[in-house]
Amino acid sequence: MEQTVEYAQATGLLGSVWLLVAIPLVSAAILLLLGRRADRWGHWLGVGAVGAAFVLGLTYFFQLRGLENKSVERSLWQFIVVGDLKVDFGLLFDPLAAVFVLLITGVGFLIHLYAVEYMAHDEGRRRFFGYFNLFVAAMLLLVLGNNYVMLYFGWEGVGLASYLLISFWYERPSAATAGKKAFLMNRVGDAGLAIGIFIMFATLGTTQYDEVFNGISGLAGGTVLVLGLLLLLGATGKSGQFPLQAWLPDAMEGPTPVSALIHAATMVTAGVYLIARSNPIFSANATLQLVVVSVGALTLLIGCVIGAAKDDIKRVLAWSTVSQIGYMFLGVGLGGAAYALAIVHLLAHGFFKANMFLGAGSVMHGMNDQVDIRRFGNLSKYMKVTWLTFMMGWLAIIGMFPFSGFFSKEPIIVAAFEREGWTAWLFGLAALLGAGLTAFYMTRLFVLTFHGPARWTEDIEHPHESPKLMTIPLILLAIGSVGAGALMAGPVPKWLEATAGLGGQEAAHEAVLSHAVITVLSLLVTVLGAGLAWMLFRNGTATAPQPAGVLVTAARRNLYTDAVNEAVFEKPGIFLTRALVYLDNRGVDGLVNGLAAGVGGGSGRLRRLQTGFVRSYATSILAGALLVVAAFLAVQAGWLA
Amino acid sequence: MTELKLPSIEYGAIAPILIMLGAALLGVLVEAFVPRRLRHWTQLLLALAAVFAALAMVVVHADTRLVTIGGAIAVDGPTLFLQGAILILAAMALLLIGERSVERGGYFVAQAAVTAESADDRRQAEGASGATEVYPLTTFAIGGMLIFVSANDLLTMFIALEVFSLPLYLLCALARRRRLLSQEASMKYFLLGAYASAFFLFGVALVYGFTAGTPGRSAGVDFATVHAAVSGSPASPLLLFAGIALLSIGLLFKAAAAPFHVWTPDVYQGAPTPVTGFMAACTKVAAFGALLRVFHVAFGGAAWDFTPVIGAVAVLTMLVGAVLAVTQTDIKRLLAYSSIANAGYLLVGVLAPSKDGLSGTMFYLVAYGFSVLAAFAVVTLVRDADGEATHLSRWAGLGRRSPFFAGIFTFILLAFAGIPLTSGFTSKFAIFAPALDANQAWLVVAGVLTSMVLAFPYLRVVVMMWLSEPGESTPTVAVPGGLTAAALMIGVAATLVLGVAPAPLLDLASGAAEFVR
Repeated sequence: MEQTVEYAQATGLLGSVWLLVAIPLVSAAILLLLGRRADRWGHWLGVGAVGAAFVLGLTYFFQLRGLENKSVERSLWQFIVVGDLKVDFGLLFDPLAAVFVLLITGVGFLIHLYAVEYMAHDEGRRRFFGYFNLFVAAMLLLVLGNNYVMLYFGWEGVGLASYLLISFWYERPSAATAGKKAFLMNRVGDAGLAIGIFIMFATLGTTQYDEVFNGISGLAGGTVLVLGLLLLLGATGKSGQFPLQAWLPDAMEGPTPVSALIHAATMVTAGVYLIARSNPIFSANATLQLVVVSVGALTLLIGCVIGAAKDDIKRVLAWSTVSQIGYMFLGVGLGGAAYALAIVHLLAHGFFKANMFLGAGSVMHGMNDQVDIRRFGNLSKYMKVTWLTFMMGWLAIIGMFPFSGFFSKEPIIVAAFEREGWTAWLFGLAALLGAGLTAFYMTRLFVLTFHGPARWTEDIEHPHESPKLMTIPLILLAIGSVGAGALMAGPVPKWLEATAGLGGQEAAHEAVLSHAVITVLSLLVTVLGAGLAWMLFRNGTATAPQPAGVLVTAARRNLYTDAVNEAVFEKPGIFLTRALVYLDNRGVDGLVNGLAAGVGGGSGRLRRLQTGFVRSYATSILAGALLVVAAFLAVQAGWLA
Repeated sequence: MTELKLPSIEYGAIAPILIMLGAALLGVLVEAFVPRRLRHWTQLLLALAAVFAALAMVVVHADTRLVTIGGAIAVDGPTLFLQGAILILAAMALLLIGERSVERGGYFVAQAAVTAESADDRRQAEGASGATEVYPLTTFAIGGMLIFVSANDLLTMFIALEVFSLPLYLLCALARRRRLLSQEASMKYFLLGAYASAFFLFGVALVYGFTAGTPGRSAGVDFATVHAAVSGSPASPLLLFAGIALLSIGLLFKAAAAPFHVWTPDVYQGAPTPVTGFMAACTKVAAFGALLRVFHVAFGGAAWDFTPVIGAVAVLTMLVGAVLAVTQTDIKRLLAYSSIANAGYLLVGVLAPSKDGLSGTMFYLVAYGFSVLAAFAVVTLVRDADGEATHLSRWAGLGRRSPFFAGIFTFILLAFAGIPLTSGFTSKFAIFAPALDANQAWLVVAGVLTSMVLAFPYLRVVVMMWLSEPGESTPTVAVPGGLTAAALMIGVAATLVLGVAPAPLLDLASGAAEFVR
């Protein structure tokens, strides 16, 4: 059955939906342009802007509920109009966008609040809030655009803000390196997305969501496959999925609120948003769906295995993010009604992961910025609020009944078992295994941090609980971790069904196991995993690295994915650069000029060091000329044709 | 005695060219007769007045479409659009060239004949009034560029090439400081430029030979004849293709495409910064204007054969520009490599044989010209006691010292990186979309990938300016005089406006995207 996607014009209050992007953007501009003058009150402006956006988002949400057609768009101006090229600068507010807006501004507001205290002693706090607001504005643009070019604007914007925020603690060389890595791996994904958008132009002549979705059925299968794979490449880059997962854990070098907001709750879910939004494209091709599901299943297992071997509290959480987003990819890839389940899991994850990241920040705050979980232990006595709130997050992520993870993750496992034939077993069991592993490593993290004997470094005598401004957001997020799943599991998929072009499809197959059996099984593996970890780590662990078997060593080394990246991308890249530098024979001049400037010599010395001889230039031009002439003649003779 | 038939000349349509060349001659007289202390302002105002008068003539003749002077000059949409672009960008460049409050006496040497590094040289560097010959030289160059983009036969094109190149060689040698570097740059540019011109001329000869024997036409190098010959000449196509190859080498040299780019970093670094900006903006427009005309008008019938070769050149150019930009540590060299990579993107537009491809390329030229002039305007301002501090390590922490200028430079770099809502994004978009329409997906993929790489060196500079502590050696940013400030603001405003609301200029380019033959 062909569904036609139709958007209504935004009227009344919804006409001002652009304010959602404008408010944080203006605030960011004020914070960054005013400089030191805004130091005293700047952070409150940042918090206020996001809070205002949240209230506004809620208002729009209630407006939207009352409408017949729940997808409204607001075209602001014609961005590019030349010949066949037409791009609107327009926004789309529909149930899917509304859910993301509330998540971004709601969780974003709490994290902003937390950051006021967390960054209190950092002299760059105002700048930090400037970048933070810039990020929120870009993220909102990403989810609110009504065409792929707008989405790409937001996409680039969040990438830029994320790069700046990771590099924020520039005095740490590791932070700068991590910023670079995140940037480069994201660029690979961005290139995929950009080329995908160009393909839309070439084949459909538009990038407006409605026109693309309505036109997709007229495309050849191969074109849809290529288009979908390119979009998926973009999504894997931004969401830290296989094969572009390596940057996300390294990105933890940034300040903790950044990790919580960008690398847990919002930005990394942009890939899920992209695939959910492009659902008509992905549903149009079964191979495409299979690829997405495979990426999700593979990544969720990779994340679990590596997460179990890490000792850095933030990195364990980062790998768990990679793994949980794997579940979401699994969900959106399954297509049909399951994509809504992925969005529910995304929302629930936004709460419990932000909660745990901020909890980790609170622990670090009390422990002189220590991040090694082998050096924690027994903190439940000293940091009651952090302990209890973290416990809620832990129970939620492992999917324990009745916490939110249970209601959001278990339906995805069920949906995986609803696939056709053997793939149901493959993906269903992968999801189930992932649930068990998640329970294991998250329990390890929780027990080693808060229970067992204290294994602190000597400089810590009495860990302290964090101040109110940090614990209040923790408590609110913990409440979300407990209740969000149960509350959202029913209404959110129903609400999302009203999104034009999405929903309304029923699962095509019966599950290979009955629903009740799957539920019991998933609870069983969870309890098993958690119990095993409790037994093993109840009495603490050695504080030095232990010799380990093949699997653990491999997991400690990120399953050698870094080594593969190095061999496949870095080495050839370096080689190419060297080769070009050699061919160009002047590339080394950077070094030479640097030397000269360092010596501070006059132009005489500079000139002597300028090694670019005209004769070698002329030779290379001659060689190039011969090549070009030869190539022309070869083409003419039909050798290259 | 046979009667001599004079070709008819449409003086109105070629008025912009006549005005610029006339003003240049007048400028030479000013050098001879106006007292020294009045010369600077007289010359600057004369040059600017000529530019604006020429621009006014371009606007007046906006709807003219004709071929005049016996087929030597074609005045059509692309001619007028590109002439307008050259004139506007040249006006900005003249503002930078005329600046005298940032560096005492201006950026140019007082007497080019003084031996570098001598006592006299040090004395002139202290702030003697700079040479005012730069204005007639610049005006000549602008005039040459105006002919270059309107030339309708290969010989006129060659003469125009020399008319705008010779003044540029001289201008490169006139830096007030680091004079040896400047003279070396000039010498290299001159030698290699002459070398490339020889290729061009050889190509013209071969094409002339090819046109001989075309049914119903006599041999010639005007584009109509060449076009007819491409489809109907009985001569060996070897002549044609060797001719196209050699011709394009001459043009690609000016456009700074690899492997004919080797001069670019040295010359961009050595030349006085305002002249570098002038070259990066206006020479680019002129060179690509000529490439567009040659490939679309004269050799359009052979597109099947030259597209793979020029496409390979484009990919190589993007790759060389993007990868080598990563290793640069001098801001002017970095911008030089970025300009090389941009030449690669522009070639993608040249190879999209549609109206959209043509208008996209013209839009790109204008957008890039504004941004690059603004970038070099900032470079002239970051200085210490020894003049401009171009080494990148010196730019560390600039954001703390002068947030305003660091912010402006950041914005320009983001535009170069193609971040949305800047002209860099819209212009790349305007070029890549038609290329994809023309089934040149490989060029677009190469373009997108290299622009991702190229974003890295730009953002490295951004991070360095904002996220590093200013050190002992971080230079201060000079307060710009009115002229530089005006040029800078025009460049930044254009970069923003063309990024947010590019539709009017795209419309204009689209309306102008039709050649006459």
